[in-house]
Amino acid sequence: MMQQKRPFPYGTLILSIVALVSVPVMIIRYLYGLGAMSNLSDGRAWGLWISFDLYCGVALAAGGFTLAALVHIFNAEKYHPVVRPAILTAFLGYIIVILALLVDLGQPWYIWHIMINWNIHSPLFEVGWCVMLYTGVLALEMSPALFERLHWRIPLRFIGMIQIPLIIAGIVISTGHQNSLGSMLLLLPYTLDPLWYTPILPALFFVSAVAVGPAMVILESTLSGMAFGHAVKLDVLSGLGRIIPFFLGIYLIMKLADLAAAGQLDMIVNSYPQNVYWLAEVIVGVVLPMVLFSIPKIRNNRAGLFGTALLVIGGLIFNRFNVSLLWQEIRPGYTYFPHWMEFAVSAGVIAWAIIVFMLAIRLLPISEHRGEAEAPAGRVPEAAAS
Amino acid sequence: MSKGVLYDGNRCIGCRSCQVACKSWNRNPAEDTTNKGGYDNPPRLSATTFTTVRFREVDHNGKFHWAFAKTQCMHCLHPACEGACPVGALKRDKDTGAVVYDDGRCFGCRYCMVACPFGIPTFEWDDPLPWIRKCTFCSGRLDGGLEPACVTACPTGALQLGEREDLITEARARISASPDKYVDHVYGEKEAGGTSWLYILPVPFEEMGFPALGEEAPTENPHIAMRTLPYYAGGVVVLMAGFYWLTKRKQKLSHTGDKHGKKEGVAK
Ligand code: SF4
Ligand code: SF4
Ligand code: SF4
Repeated sequence: MMQQKRPFPYGTLILSIVALVSVPVMIIRYLYGLGAMSNLSDGRAWGLWISFDLYCGVALAAGGFTLAALVHIFNAEKYHPVVRPAILTAFLGYIIVILALLVDLGQPWYIWHIMINWNIHSPLFEVGWCVMLYTGVLALEMSPALFERLHWRIPLRFIGMIQIPLIIAGIVISTGHQNSLGSMLLLLPYTLDPLWYTPILPALFFVSAVAVGPAMVILESTLSGMAFGHAVKLDVLSGLGRIIPFFLGIYLIMKLADLAAAGQLDMIVNSYPQNVYWLAEVIVGVVLPMVLFSIPKIRNNRAGLFGTALLVIGGLIFNRFNVSLLWQEIRPGYTYFPHWMEFAVSAGVIAWAIIVFMLAIRLLPISEHRGEAEAPAGRVPEAAAS
Repeated sequence: MSKGVLYDGNRCIGCRSCQVACKSWNRNPAEDTTNKGGYDNPPRLSATTFTTVRFREVDHNGKFHWAFAKTQCMHCLHPACEGACPVGALKRDKDTGAVVYDDGRCFGCRYCMVACPFGIPTFEWDDPLPWIRKCTFCSGRLDGGLEPACVTACPTGALQLGEREDLITEARARISASPDKYVDHVYGEKEAGGTSWLYILPVPFEEMGFPALGEEAPTENPHIAMRTLPYYAGGVVVLMAGFYWLTKRKQKLSHTGDKHGKKEGVAK
């Protein structure tokens, strides 16, 4: 079922401009080097792209595996209508990561070295593999939408057969991936501020990603509901709103217990100005949403859900920036603020992803997906009906 | 046993012969620099400068010191850069202790630069095909039985190549022979799990821009995390498959006789 074609006057125009601006910037990078279009330096070798596109991009893609687990493993059928959009969002998150890495890596065409030269002790080795594998898994998880549109029964049936193993693989890979992004920072005991450095960083990364996953689904459903006019049932979204505080609570307890165990709770008060950042991250992004989501009036209201989800997402982004950029010591004698072309790349990459997203929603049965195809036991015979 | 170099700040005269020798041995071009009032020139390490001498005016114990310190890769015993590199492009040679870089593996992720607690690896920022660059401990010369170029060039013996253990003993002996001339610390003996290059100085190390580091090797925590990861992943698989089986079973029990009854293989 094709929906009515509506013209997109401004949104698409702005998106296209942002997407197009990134093209000459990438050309500059490949002609003159990273120094010509970024303020990265020997003092600050990782900047905006790693913090935003990699750290935030991967965390914000967590909606994919959390919803897949919720629906396919824990059988919470109610959330079925949002699984596909969630997985699509995750897929796009990973596309963002990959596109950004194409600019950020010094020699991206040698990325395959990671397949033959193994340093299994390197957290980045794990991250690299997870990006590759999970993008593949997500593509396979997405593929039924394409096959349904094309009426290809045999590949559809095949995907249906391996669906549950695929979903479990996706969950395991992304679980490991969220963890490993935290492990990457474990190599910085001396340069990451002690308010954030802890051996349990991998676990903190994982739990916060699980909390932000449903928040991203709320955000994405609300936005695409506004853009395409097929709103997801409020009941589904408030259900997600009820899950989030639970994980935020675990996250908060872990964070505090960890500081307490290290005897460093006083840093929350004493280590100015880090503590301001830490408190902002924890109060605005964790405590406040916990309170708001537990108020039924807010939870049963689209605007309330949307706003609170934004807080969770904002808090997570702030956390990832704190650990991956702001409170990592810079080498003496250097300063860093992103060059406008760095912003242009990050924005451009997102614009490209959104364009793909919108095309996918228009062309593939994603949102109006009627929720039977992969329902109980991974069987897909009805698919051809769409 | 692995090799090390001892730098003695009381023997160094700040002549920068080591810098020049390093440049010529590694065929690194000169850098265009501007005088900003300091003596450090070039002001810091870069893709074409693997070592620089730091010059600082320091007031220590009521005495004025015109102090120097050569900087370069410390060739850690547990290098953070080696632990970071996903493709093993940076490796510590067990015999010499040199931490060497293989550009045949690197793909330019720069994690090594972020991870190094001493701020050493540098990158070719202005090259469209950039690599990592850093001091090599002149590992080719070491393998051939020569001293590093900088050590050979040093006119005063401020740089001394030797077995690391011997150098630590030697450093201690020098400190106890003239305790008024040195601060009582061998930098690199314990820092970040120990380094091959060792320093003794007449002034406190922070004054010369050495980071104050603990004794824990930076690779320790990530190694624990990476070692537990497979078990963790296995646990998640079992858990997910288990839950899936449970929910299916519950469903099956409540839907007995359902036409969708027979199940395709549960995930394994
Ligand atoms: S000083 Fe830095 S670059 Fe040199 S071996 Fe140690 S971690 Fe690696
Ligand atoms: S930049 Fe090269 S040497 Fe450094 S960690 Fe990445 S792949 Fe390894
Ligand atoms: S050991 Fe070799 S590469 Fe390192 S500073 Fe000395 S001369 Fe330069």
